[in-house]
Amino acid sequence: MMWYFLMSDAFTFGAFLISYGTIRFSQNFWPDPNVVFNAFPGAGHQNLPLAFVSVMTFILIISSVTMVLAVHAGHNGDKKGVIKWLFWTIIGGLAFLSCQAWEWHHLITGEHATLIDGKIELVGQTTRVNPWGTLVHGAEVTDALKNSSQETLAALVAEHNHTATHEQLMGMSKEQLLGMINTAELHVRTKGPVAFGGYFYGITGFHGFHVFSGVIINIIMLIMAQKGVFERRGHYLMIEKAGLYWHFVDLVWVFVFLCFYLI
Amino acid sequence: MSNHHYDPTTDISPSAAYPEVSFQHHTDDAEFRTRVRKTTILLSVITIFELAIGLVIYTMHKGENPSHLLILMFKGAVCILTLAKAYYIVSVFMHLGDEIRNMIMTIVVPLLLFVWFIAAFLIDGNSYRNLRNTYDPHFRETTTVKEANHAEEPAPKSGKE
Repeated sequence: MMWYFLMSDAFTFGAFLISYGTIRFSQNFWPDPNVVFNAFPGAGHQNLPLAFVSVMTFILIISSVTMVLAVHAGHNGDKKGVIKWLFWTIIGGLAFLSCQAWEWHHLITGEHATLIDGKIELVGQTTRVNPWGTLVHGAEVTDALKNSSQETLAALVAEHNHTATHEQLMGMSKEQLLGMINTAELHVRTKGPVAFGGYFYGITGFHGFHVFSGVIINIIMLIMAQKGVFERRGHYLMIEKAGLYWHFVDLVWVFVFLCFYLI
Repeated sequence: MSNHHYDPTTDISPSAAYPEVSFQHHTDDAEFRTRVRKTTILLSVITIFELAIGLVIYTMHKGENPSHLLILMFKGAVCILTLAKAYYIVSVFMHLGDEIRNMIMTIVVPLLLFVWFIAAFLIDGNSYRNLRNTYDPHFRETTTVKEANHAEEPAPKSGKE
């Protein structure tokens, strides 16, 4: 029965990813994943495309391997082995969820200079707006800067100039602030396709929810194994089913990774 | 299952009466370990390959006049590698490869629906874009990437972006 549940779940995920593909194919421009996902915790503004998501991918692959070992220990009736490997699988699942939490937080709060209605605004990636459009150059940028608010200009100066406080910057005239902005260093993009944010949060969120429920299931299995429920029952079939679910979560990630980060 | 004897006096759950796992488990520990180790290494190597191709695509995008055909081929290669990964996860980690043939077929045959599903919807999206580019000049002008901008793009800095 587990297999048929997983098959139906595969169709759910498949429908999500395919609708993402449909929207993407209907657009002339789509954000380059290497521009969107290039940050790494503790690395500041360094450009590290694909680095963090590969860490996440390996975490999930390794936790899948520990789950295989837990299932195998179950076949041999090795209670200690089951507990040990289940424990590591849970750790892997939690590590993955933490990574995802960091990534979401970074995408939502990491603000980028974006050309919106002739002025520059600082926006993060939400389901309503995202800063992943095409690069804007030259006169368009200088014109837009003149129309931008004091707040935005102060924030743009503060990105490179750490000596002045926010109050000092807000007290300056717009001309002074414009003089302090190095337009060559400034990367301004137009707004990206609106659908990008919604699809990203929707699909990775749905996958993250699967990981979360997988962790809960594994914790329940761990407690049951600890209490000797499976030992008394004489078989560890439940671990096997939890394992199938966990591998499925890994399998889905392989495709999410492909659709959002690689192509 | 070889070591499983159904005893209704201790367990009346359907899963105990009719174990879903229909394959004979190999109890040989050494063989099992090498198999798991091999698959793990294989999955890791494929992932590293995918990442390498991803970075190649990234540098191609950065360079001037990227060849779209070549990028498309690299993306196709990544898709094939992903399918290989999926195959190994399902057949080895999830043991579907060890199940009886009819069981495998009841899972795999419905999944063939995806072939139509993917093709039909991507073609649909593509045709929607073509229609809009033909009949909606506003859409075409506001969303088309201006090629001229690429030439005067400043040299990439090591800063953010």
